[in-house]
Amino acid sequence: MKYQNNILYLSGNLLKGSIPGLLKQVSHFTLRDLHTIDLQDVADIDSAGVAFLDEIIARTGREQVQIINKSPQVAQSIETFSSLGLKKPAVPARQSFFYQAGQFLYDWWDSLVWGTYLTADILYWSVVCLFRRKGLRKGAVINQGILIGVDALGIISLLSLILGLILALQSAAQLRQFGANIFIADLIAISMVREMGPMMTAIIVAGRSGSAIASEIATMKVTEEIDALRMMALDPVRYVIVPKFHAITICMPLLVTMSTLIGIFGGLIIAVTYLDLTPIAYLNQALNILTLKDVLVGLLKSLFFAWVIVIISSYYGLRVKGGAEGVGKVTTLSVVASIFWVIVLDAINSLIFYF
Amino acid sequence: MDIPLIEIRNLTARYGDETILDNISVDIMPNRITVILGASGCGKTTLIKNIFRLYQPSSGSVKIFGREVTDMDELEYEEILKRIGMLFQNGALINSLNIFDNIAIPLEQHTRLPLEIRDRIIRVKLKQVNLAHTELLTPAELSGGMKKRAALARALVLDPEILVCDEPSAGLDPLTSASLDNLILNLKELLNMTIIIVTHELASIHRIADHLIFLDQGRVIFTGTLAEAKKSTLPAVESFFQVGTF
Repeated sequence: MKYQNNILYLSGNLLKGSIPGLLKQVSHFTLRDLHTIDLQDVADIDSAGVAFLDEIIARTGREQVQIINKSPQVAQSIETFSSLGLKKPAVPARQSFFYQAGQFLYDWWDSLVWGTYLTADILYWSVVCLFRRKGLRKGAVINQGILIGVDALGIISLLSLILGLILALQSAAQLRQFGANIFIADLIAISMVREMGPMMTAIIVAGRSGSAIASEIATMKVTEEIDALRMMALDPVRYVIVPKFHAITICMPLLVTMSTLIGIFGGLIIAVTYLDLTPIAYLNQALNILTLKDVLVGLLKSLFFAWVIVIISSYYGLRVKGGAEGVGKVTTLSVVASIFWVIVLDAINSLIFYF
Repeated sequence: MDIPLIEIRNLTARYGDETILDNISVDIMPNRITVILGASGCGKTTLIKNIFRLYQPSSGSVKIFGREVTDMDELEYEEILKRIGMLFQNGALINSLNIFDNIAIPLEQHTRLPLEIRDRIIRVKLKQVNLAHTELLTPAELSGGMKKRAALARALVLDPEILVCDEPSAGLDPLTSASLDNLILNLKELLNMTIIIVTHELASIHRIADHLIFLDQGRVIFTGTLAEAKKSTLPAVESFFQVGTF
């Protein structure tokens, strides 16, 4: 490369590999007065080479820079790949703070209204479809029941057992110091029935089934399956969401009951092996301390949790935007939101029933 | 003179500040194949989705079978949809169901036909689209062309009065595309169907179009027959038929 009398002489091949070095070399020259580029010794040029020439021309700030002595092949490449005259896309102007705040509020309000409509729609059709099966697919509730309930049995049982063992183990050491071994049964029974059973199950169902519901609906949305259902005169809420709602309404209390029993059983293992209680004494104490209210509140909570999980997952599934990335995003959001609302609902429940 | 089956008046669709469809007014006449064509991104699919309320138009009115549907009650509108079949761009088969169950959805939901009659109808529809013996396969096990044909069978299963096909030949080889076109022509003759096709495949347009609606940047710039379109001096229409496809 040579720069003489405002003419830039280039040589060799102007290909992708050589351009970074050439660009460094050219930055040593003051190109303001450049009027000609001589390509006599340039044998080959690719799109990066043409972009390099365009960059040089752009740096001169001139409208016209002559390119001379180019071979026909090089000339053709320049004609094909030249970026001169192509405008950069205009960068959208940054919106003012007030605009962004207004947009945020509008989106929030829109989501709230839409979510309220969807919740009302789901609740309405869930009741109506109990008496009128039109718009529901045969066997869908059973299928969903298997997916949400039966398939979750293993993981919920295992985690509930571990939870019962941990709770019992943590408290056993303390209780033993005061000779209050028998109260391990009270502690485990009350905490499993009132709190840990419903909450643990809800968190697992939110992570497992909630994510599955959100991603299924979101995928159906992006692949136009939801539109196809609409065009077949079918309401996606009735056809897709209501069976899940019915299934989770049946499965959740059963899962919670099982989780609670297994958690209490986990406590029993520690009570027998570590605190030298007999199984009968442990179970008698557990049954004596529990009231009907505890059991009913636990089950009622599980129903609220179940509905919240289905509604939130469906909401996010139907609000998906974009393709695969959008599906992943709404799935994550649905799980986070479901777990958040499960915990908030649990707190509200505790305030209402035990404060 | 025939009464239009679908009347679209001043239909406008906006996303944010962008106008996708600009004041569209066209009629879809019965018993003929109307092709909506134009360059990619000109608003063809958006027009279809706005007509059939899959998207909510910003303004304008749509009458289907002589009834205003823009603000129609959902349950009432479902009765109209039962008379319409739609083939989506990617088929939009329900992935969790096999082909038989996919095609059975409209029959299950909107008829009281006994199972054995439903079975026969589904088998016939699958044969019509050359997909016999694929009943038990899932959509994932079918090729792109087969998926489209299965979706067409589903769209046809209630013998609709209006069939809407969104890019039926896109991504198909010429032979499959031609056989799909022949099937659409047969259906029109046989069932007196009104067919709306969104496409930019010139070969397909030549084979099947009775009437053309040409869109450019969200506006209708031409309506007429294929012969009239070929004589058009509008630059977009002229270049379309000169170059072939966009």
